[in-house]
This record gives sequence, structure tokens and C-alpha cells, in this order.
Amino acid sequence: MMIATSNSNQRVLNIAIFLVLCLGVFIAVAPLLYMASTALGGVAYVQTYPPRLIPETINFENFEQAFANRNFLRAFVNSAGVAIATSLMVTVLASTMAYSFARFEFRGKKIIFGGLLLMIMIPGVVLLIPQFILAKNLGLLNSLPGIVLVYSAGPLAFNTFLLRGFFENLPRELEESAIIDGASPFTVFWRVMLPLAAPAISTVAVFSFLGAWDEYLLALNFLTTESLRTLPVAIANFRGQHASNWGLVFAGSLTAVIPTILLFVFFQRYFIQGITSGGVRG
Amino acid sequence: MSINLARSRASTRAAAPQPTADRAKPYYRSYVPYMFLIPGLVLYLIWTVYPLAYQLYISFFDWRIIPGQTSTYVGFANYEAVFADRTFWLAMRNTALYAVVTVAGQMIIGLTLAFLVNRVAIGKRFFRTVYYLPVVTSWVVVSFLFVYLFSPGDAGLINFILTKLGTITKPISWLATADTAWIAIYSLGIWKGIGWAMVIFLAALQGIPPELYEAAAIDGASEWQRIRYMTLPLIQRTLFFVLIALMIGGFQVFVSVLLITGGGPLHRTEVALTYMFDEAFGQLHFGYGAALSYVLAIVIVVVSALQARLFGRGDKDVEY
Repeated sequence: MMIATSNSNQRVLNIAIFLVLCLGVFIAVAPLLYMASTALGGVAYVQTYPPRLIPETINFENFEQAFANRNFLRAFVNSAGVAIATSLMVTVLASTMAYSFARFEFRGKKIIFGGLLLMIMIPGVVLLIPQFILAKNLGLLNSLPGIVLVYSAGPLAFNTFLLRGFFENLPRELEESAIIDGASPFTVFWRVMLPLAAPAISTVAVFSFLGAWDEYLLALNFLTTESLRTLPVAIANFRGQHASNWGLVFAGSLTAVIPTILLFVFFQRYFIQGITSGGVRG
Repeated sequence: MSINLARSRASTRAAAPQPTADRAKPYYRSYVPYMFLIPGLVLYLIWTVYPLAYQLYISFFDWRIIPGQTSTYVGFANYEAVFADRTFWLAMRNTALYAVVTVAGQMIIGLTLAFLVNRVAIGKRFFRTVYYLPVVTSWVVVSFLFVYLFSPGDAGLINFILTKLGTITKPISWLATADTAWIAIYSLGIWKGIGWAMVIFLAALQGIPPELYEAAAIDGASEWQRIRYMTLPLIQRTLFFVLIALMIGGFQVFVSVLLITGGGPLHRTEVALTYMFDEAFGQLHFGYGAALSYVLAIVIVVVSALQARLFGRGDKDVEY
């Protein structure tokens, strides 16, 4: 009898937990649905009353209008290029740096590594002014490769730290046997270490892609030529120019958001790994 | 290159049978580690370490960005101006308040959800995925989205829901006054960050061996006692890590305030970075902005160090 009540109590508790979590799902997703519904609801300059999370009729007018805008299409391509290039740069540079810290002895190692650790504490945004002046002096304003350099430098320290930890925990046997077989340090790195570290490196690649894809502040100030703009700046401009046409603003927004959501859903493993092993924010 | 390789091969072969000899005489040439290190390090020095030093230099000048004008050395005048500036103090107060409110919100809700997701019988992965969606959504996009959610008039989603629930009788113009605009900005900060905290807390909870719960249940500990005296101490280090990371993030609030209120009305919702941004790129006071950036960086470092002192005493999760 006792057991029966405790079982039914358990069942009530389980249902209660499930319902609370579903309420959480509603709060997390409702704003995003509202955005999608507005984007798919056709051109409207007034908000529909009552607000709808699912549009009455589906209509791609706003998306057509967004993509008819050459600069918006351009911004999408720019963002993709900048984010892919940044992701490659960070992945290559952070993994080589991490490898040198994890497996070699050399003069200055402790000081350099300590310096990197200290810099992790300093938030990147407070460097906006000197980075801007430096880019201006080097003629790197209004240059997509220029902004890739700045984007790649920021997350280097943290990702080096993350990957060094991963490299250090890899067993040495494979490397040692490759060395005995006559492999050079570069071959060992390329053929042995990188494949072994693939999960951690994917984490770094995914997060640095996202960081560059979403970046607004530097892009706003570094890339002022219209044809060089990236998506976040282009979306903000849509909002400036078509303030009351929310459908258009959100069609542009969804275009930027959907790739990141797909990336997250497909590479969820690497996201979770990155977040829980090193506390990557993204 | 080939000669060097041959040499390293020879030394490796000779040393291979004895690992100690191997360590004494490494198989690589002394410059090899630097070849791995230098490309990244150079980029890092140019774009972060040098700017940090350069910013200090700029902060001692009345810096002119326009070609042809000369910058003049002003000593500590920019720092004095920063500390005498009432808008700066208002912005710092707003920033600190934003950090405290949103960090508390994210931690409490994130932890609660993590407990519930850890307990739920079905759909763990589904819940974790969905709660994380706001985190991967771009700041620019969600800022506009919240402007839209908090639209004035009865068709705005928030006004609509609150009217239907009977919480308010007539629609509120949320972004027109600072007090209500903060509600929109805070809710965005919390809504967007919960998933991140939740995922970390959930991983920590899942790392606790189930035998401990069984033992505690046999000992007759109530649900609340188990959470208070067992679970929370076990995940102490994770709690502390999330707290610091979120605080640092909170002090860097920028895009949402810029796009939701622009710091207005009358600087009432200004935060440190929007103010720095406006001074530098709006008013072209780069020297002043540089001094302000330095003060903010120091505040962030000090706040995280203080937290480390205050909460970091039992700095390890209990071993089991």
C-alpha cells in the first residue's frame, strides 16, 4: 500500500516536472516562432492583433524582397567567407600553438603561456579603440581579410589553452612510434595529433565560426563600405531603413539565424563538449 | 630541411631504446617548437597585446583621429575627466546592476531547469537542445526581436499576454521610459543566457554518481536535504565558474542596449560600453574612450578576482 502511494506520488511529480519543462520550452521558443511567423506573414506595416505564433497563411514575399536586395545577398556571402576564414585561421593557429606548449620544451615557454593566460581575463571589446586605430594605420579598414585577422586573434589565447589541455591528455605512444619510424615533428602533428584531436578541434572550429558570424561591433566600425558589410550590420541597416516593416527585418534575421541553428543541431556534440570542458560562450 | 630531418631521425634512433636519453636529447631541433608557436603568437601580439599597450598610450592624449590634426599629450586629464563624469558613473551603476540582475536570473533559472531536466523521465536531449536555441541566436537579431516583443500598443506580444493575464489594464510603452526599458533589456539578457548555464549545470549534475543519491535516500535524507547538503556542495566549483563567467559577460553588455534603447532616453540606460562607444565613435573623443576602456577592463578584472577570493575558498568540487 505504502509503495503504491509513493509510486503514484512519483508519477504526479514526473508529470509536474514534464509540464514545467514544457512551459520553459514555450518561453524559449515563443519569441523565435513569433519572429518566424512575422517574417512569413507577408508585408504588413502594422502588427496583427491578436499576435500569432503561427501565421494564417505562409507567404515568402519578405524573403523575396530581402534577397532582391543585392547588398543583403552580398552581406550573406561576406559573412560566410569571413566566418569560414576565421574558423580556419583559429583552428590552425591555436592547434599549432597548443601543440608546442603541450609537447615541446623551449626557452620562454612558461612566460609566454602565463602571458596568454593573463590576457584571457581581459575582455576583447575594450580593445576596440586601439584595434580600430591600428587597422586604420595599416590600411586594413574596409578589408575583409583585415577583419579576419582581428577576429582570429581574439579567441586564440582561450582556444590554445583549451587545445593544450586536450593534447596533454592524449597518450604519447602513437607519437613515439611515429617518431621511431622517422616522422618529422610536422608529420607527427599533422598525421598523428590532429586526427586524434579531431573532436576538440571541431569544437574550436564551430565556436570560432559562430563568433565571427555574429560579430557586430568591429564589423560596424571596420567595414563601412556597403558592399563589404556582414549580415549583422546589414540586418541593423534593414531595421534602420524599414523600421516599420518588421516582416522584412525578420526575414533577413532568419536568414542569419537558420544556419547557426542548423550548425548547432548537427554539431551539438561539439557544442556541448566545448561548453562543458572549457566554458566557451557562444 | 632534409639534413635537419636526417639528423633528428638519427638522434631518435639512437635514443629510442632509452626514454631518459630521449628526454635529455630531444628528437627535434631547438627551433622546431617556435615554428609551431610563432605564426599564432605574432598574430596575437599584433592584435591584442600591442593594442592593450597602445590603448594606454592613447589614453594620455587628446587623440585626434582626423588626418592633419595633431594629438596633444594631456597626462592624466582623460582619467580625471572619466572619474568626474556623472554619465560615466551612471553607466557603471547601470552596468553593475545589469550584471547582478541577469546573472542571478540566469543562475537560478538555469540551475532549476538543470535539476528538472536531470530528473525528467523522457526527452532530456530534446529539452537541452531547445533551451540552448536562444544562446546560438545572434545578439543583433534577438535585440530587434525584443524591441518587437515589447512593442507599445495592444498588439505587442508582451502587452497582449500581460493584458490577457490581467497583470496590466492598458498597454505599456516599454521602451519609452528607462525603468520599463530595463525590464526588456534584463529579460533579453536572462532569456538568452539560461541555456548556457543550464547545459553546464546539467553536465555537472550528470557527473554525480547515482550511488550517492541512493545512499542518501537510504539514510532518509529528504529531497531538499539532498540538494542542499549533497548536490550543491558537489557542484560548488561549477557554480562558481558559471558565476564568474556570467559576471564577466554581464559587464560587457553592449549590443542589446545599443539596439534596444541606444542608451536613451537622456543616457538613462547607458552602460559602460555604449558610453565608451558613443564617446569614441560618436563624439570622436578617442583619448577619453581609451581611458574609459582601461577603467572598465580594470573593473572587470578586479570584480572577477574579488569573486575568486570570496567564493573560491573551497575551490574544488568535493572529491568522491
